[in-house]
Amino acid sequence: MTTNVTKTFIYDGSFNGFLTAVFSGFDQKLMVVDIQKERMAQNGLFSETETIFTNIATAKRVWNGIKDRNSNAIKHIYFSFLSGEKGLEPLLYQYIRKIMGAKQAGVDFSDSCILRINQIAQKVSREKHRMEAFVRFQLTKDGIYFANIEPDFDVLPLISRHFRNRYADQPWIIYDIKRKYGLYYDLNGVEIISMDLSQNLMNSIQKSSLLTHEEHDYQQLWSNYFKSTNIKSRINKKLHNQHVPKRYWKYLSEKKEAV
Amino acid sequence: MDYNRIKEKLNILADAAKYDVSCSSSGSNRQNKNNGLGNASNGICHSYAEDGRCISLLKILLTNHCIYDCAYCVTRKSNDVKRAAFKIQEVVDLTINFYRRNYIEGLFLSSGIFKNPDYTMERLITVAKKLRTEENFNGYIHLKSIPGASDELMYEAGLYADRLSVNIEIPTISGLKLLAPDKNHEDFAKPMRKVKDEILRYKSEKKLIKSTPTYAPAGQSTQMIVGATGESDKDIMYSATHFYKNFHMKRVYYSGYVPVMKDNRLPAIGTQVPMLRENRLYQTDWLLRFYGFSVNEILNNEYPNLDMDIDPKLGWALRNLQHFPVDINRADKSLLARIPGIGMNSVNKILNARKFRKLDWDHLKKMGVALNRAKYFILCDSRYWERRDLDAERIKGLILSTSYGKFRNSYSNQLSLFN
Repeated sequence: MTTNVTKTFIYDGSFNGFLTAVFSGFDQKLMVVDIQKERMAQNGLFSETETIFTNIATAKRVWNGIKDRNSNAIKHIYFSFLSGEKGLEPLLYQYIRKIMGAKQAGVDFSDSCILRINQIAQKVSREKHRMEAFVRFQLTKDGIYFANIEPDFDVLPLISRHFRNRYADQPWIIYDIKRKYGLYYDLNGVEIISMDLSQNLMNSIQKSSLLTHEEHDYQQLWSNYFKSTNIKSRINKKLHNQHVPKRYWKYLSEKKEAV
Repeated sequence: MDYNRIKEKLNILADAAKYDVSCSSSGSNRQNKNNGLGNASNGICHSYAEDGRCISLLKILLTNHCIYDCAYCVTRKSNDVKRAAFKIQEVVDLTINFYRRNYIEGLFLSSGIFKNPDYTMERLITVAKKLRTEENFNGYIHLKSIPGASDELMYEAGLYADRLSVNIEIPTISGLKLLAPDKNHEDFAKPMRKVKDEILRYKSEKKLIKSTPTYAPAGQSTQMIVGATGESDKDIMYSATHFYKNFHMKRVYYSGYVPVMKDNRLPAIGTQVPMLRENRLYQTDWLLRFYGFSVNEILNNEYPNLDMDIDPKLGWALRNLQHFPVDINRADKSLLARIPGIGMNSVNKILNARKFRKLDWDHLKKMGVALNRAKYFILCDSRYWERRDLDAERIKGLILSTSYGKFRNSYSNQLSLFN
């Protein structure tokens, strides 16, 4: 039997915490449930509140259950979760109920909840791809390739493997300034770090004392290349801005003169 | 590093290479080996130039010295431009250092032809070989096949490169005679044929012997200049089809001719680059490769040129109204793909969603179907549909009156009132 009581789950904000909450919702056969992050929780006037304690084993069960049902859906759930969009969790809960209850294979793009989650996942996926493109490493005097990013969504967990596979023979750091954590690869593995960035190593035209001398030269060469490869009689600034939105310019060495 | 000298060479040789429009860095499957540098298993555009074209590879010439005098080419012998040549190690260093900073997916290396084709090809191969064997570089490498290069060299090139390409440039043989009198058609075809044969051989041998060395995993491509010799769209697309069929090309690129020098055989300097036409050709190319159209449905003796004011799929539909309207909830995939305003993404969404319920206008709109075009050609789960018996001209007029294409200005014949 399913009940219609509104209930609010409070969880710690982690993905595993969210999956644990989903498990409790299914366990209590709830059709609708509000799921909120601890630090932003607001009590509904007439709803019952329950605190969820993250349980990795339970979360894994939910993850595998969804994956067995629809392997694409699990990707959409994780990607859209990372969007951090307000009020997303109850929508995701609906989505998971629909996936688990579906009587046939395929994705019901005519369902507004499913379409919405797909669109959010798509947005995050686009940002992930942008970061794979727009990270600009700068070689520091310690021999580490360092990059700052400020993505719209929390995509570091999604890009870690890409950079690990690609830059396997050089130590690197990608640091998310907005979320104040980063990835550090030390030739053995990737770990999560947080740093006190006194000098933000922005793309400035001035030479930074933290960077190698040749770093500056290569940035210059790259900027030069960027200009020479442009065909002036085909100029299309609108298209340019559409592909390279202005908010990313300050981290792109080829655009630093334009900032 | 002699910074100033390298900078000068880079400017000259990037400037000379930019008219080669091939930019893709996808289609290979090269993985990172032994914790080395790079990986070419996915294509990424790392930046976009101010002309809106993507930058994914370091695209340069090894040198712009050339023994040929092709009229369309900025590097031609008789053109008075600054000449430069990279040393092999300089290209290797630039590639590696740009790659390590995540500027590029790899190298696109072409060259003017100096001494003879084989000598030039050998130098290109040396760069690729150095990158692969000495630097353990697994990023993407696109090498130009030099017309007239020997079979042995074309074999070796494919061992290091992900993609090889020869630019046919001029789609008709008569055009080639006019603009590139030193080159003959067979010089282009020979390396293409060799690469095609080697790719086929690699694929069949790989099944038997796992250790067969990889050969040009991203295949080969070519490019044609559009608007330099008065060729028709039919000429261009029929030769493109020929290359896709007979040479198993991964891509054919269309490059609107940019007038770069005075020559009475060519459009004058200052003539507009035919960007809209280029766009229509790419749309046609997509219809052929992904939408199940065959080239003579779109271009034939009766219609040798594409419409500039509407896309080629809409053009086809208006000439073939007998196939419409199509019922969204019943039609099979190949028919859905032929409806104007519905792309392959929408086709897949429709096929998925209609298993769950019958689809109506609202569903289609939310999925992203361009209803302003599609609505004249479909039926769905609704009592409302286009019942008027409209002829092609009328439908075209209605669609144009409600759309605002980016190229609108370039084909609008209407006089503007206040100019």
